[in-house]
Amino acid sequence: MKHQLLLRVEFVNHLKGGLIHLGLVAPDGSDLPYMAPGQFVEVAVDKAKVLLNRPFSIFNFTPRMLELLVKPLGRASDALGQYESGDTLRVIAPLGRGFSQPDQTAKVLLAGGGVGVAPLYYQARALNERGIRPTLVYGERTAPDSTLRKLLAEVADLHICTDDGSEGHHGFMMTHPAITEGNYTIMQVCGPMRMMQSLHAMYAGGTLHAKEAEFSLENKMACGLGACLCCVEQTTTGNRCVCTDGPVFNANELPW
Amino acid sequence: MVDLSTRIGSLELKNPVLTASGTFGYGLEYADFIDLSHLGGFVVKGTTLEPREGNPYPRMAETPMGMLNAVGLQNKGVDHFIDHIYPQIKDCGSEVIVNVSGKSVADYAATAEKLSALPGLNAIELNISCPNVKQGGMAFGTTCDGAASVVDAVRKVWPRHLMVKLSPNVTSITDIAKAAEGAGADSLSLINTMLGMAIDIERRKPVLSTVTGGMSGPAVKPVAVRMVWQVAKAVGIPVVGLGGICTAEDAIEFIMAGASAIQVGTANFIDPTVTQKIIDGMESWCERHGVSRLLDLRGIC
Repeated sequence: MKHQLLLRVEFVNHLKGGLIHLGLVAPDGSDLPYMAPGQFVEVAVDKAKVLLNRPFSIFNFTPRMLELLVKPLGRASDALGQYESGDTLRVIAPLGRGFSQPDQTAKVLLAGGGVGVAPLYYQARALNERGIRPTLVYGERTAPDSTLRKLLAEVADLHICTDDGSEGHHGFMMTHPAITEGNYTIMQVCGPMRMMQSLHAMYAGGTLHAKEAEFSLENKMACGLGACLCCVEQTTTGNRCVCTDGPVFNANELPW
Repeated sequence: MVDLSTRIGSLELKNPVLTASGTFGYGLEYADFIDLSHLGGFVVKGTTLEPREGNPYPRMAETPMGMLNAVGLQNKGVDHFIDHIYPQIKDCGSEVIVNVSGKSVADYAATAEKLSALPGLNAIELNISCPNVKQGGMAFGTTCDGAASVVDAVRKVWPRHLMVKLSPNVTSITDIAKAAEGAGADSLSLINTMLGMAIDIERRKPVLSTVTGGMSGPAVKPVAVRMVWQVAKAVGIPVVGLGGICTAEDAIEFIMAGASAIQVGTANFIDPTVTQKIIDGMESWCERHGVSRLLDLRGIC
């Protein structure tokens, strides 16, 4: 069941690289409706004076708190940085279909590019609860925020790749040994389109060894509910809504 | 107690709040948020004779107080609607209106004829105003002869309420309105989206895959109010007003301009409960202003 919620901003942390980490809670302290890893929320960013809500992935979720990790890339995401604890945000949640949850014996590769790492943190936590410690390859332009790095390293075997070589593997993640030499039950990916398509090509071509792969897309959308049909992705079964049929798609559904 | 009920020809509605085609899916998408039976009715997504894949992504661009869309009538076709969708919504407790579109006059008529087999379906809305398809759509709605030819053909096969949705992308909307009325329309809904365009100056390319798209949202409201006011004075059939309605006050503005009912479109994307808020807000506005019957306000300007 989807809900429209008025949530109170519990904290706003400004991280390196301009990232904004928000914690949202029910104003009366009650439990939030369950949200699954890989699902997303629509947020009405009133301070931005834009018309449409904006979709954001779920960085972390507990019954008490919804956390978002946002990279300012436009008027609405910029304005999220102006919110302070005590402010209210209207949120529509939970939306879409999230990542699949493999069984306890699975070897899981999570691959996140830029702020695309956001939903992978919550997914890694969910995997931990099932007794799985995933491998997480995180690609960034430059060395990531230390708080974020610490959080990620707690839940996964973390491998950082930077474009400028300021930390970890110098270069794109497609050349990292965890990608080229690992052998996985499933790979779950969120990041820029070019990175996802490169990993998809390696997976489909057999140079990345995973039995299954899932990709989380972020097409521009209006409603988030499957009504406006704006966010479609061309799949092997025709145009499908990223908001309701995704945002997570199986590699086999994507004719990349 | 305020009387919000309204009548559009043979359609009796408990209140004047409908939803605009393409903004409310088949109603089911919103069932988690509102009780569909509270609506006056809802107009379902544009339906065509054959399934349509619609236009390529990107299909949407936000503009100041509005948005452009270029969906292009993506739908699974009328047979799918009849077999799989209609059974799920026919007993929802409010008037279901099917929006019909087509590439040719024969397409419109064939689709309407198939829909006429649905017993509880009291009304269709003819979309002769979609700006996002290469063939048909708006091409029929921008000339008097084109509008009349579609309405006339559908009139012959569709015996129940026939609403015709008009395009604002014309020189004189009253001429088109009169042509639709003359060909047998029972009511007119207006306005569909206004043809617009946005350019991504960093990429130096149009934002939409189709270059141009249909503009909706609060930015178009003054144009819509003006056109509803003009058309309501020019024709003898009821007018349904739409274009940028987000609040009860917006809706009342359209009623005062001459509309017998209104449709809520883009606002559904922003707040999925907005229709209920508009219904409640109209009632409380009337209470505050000593209006016992909403329709007493119709066309008072």
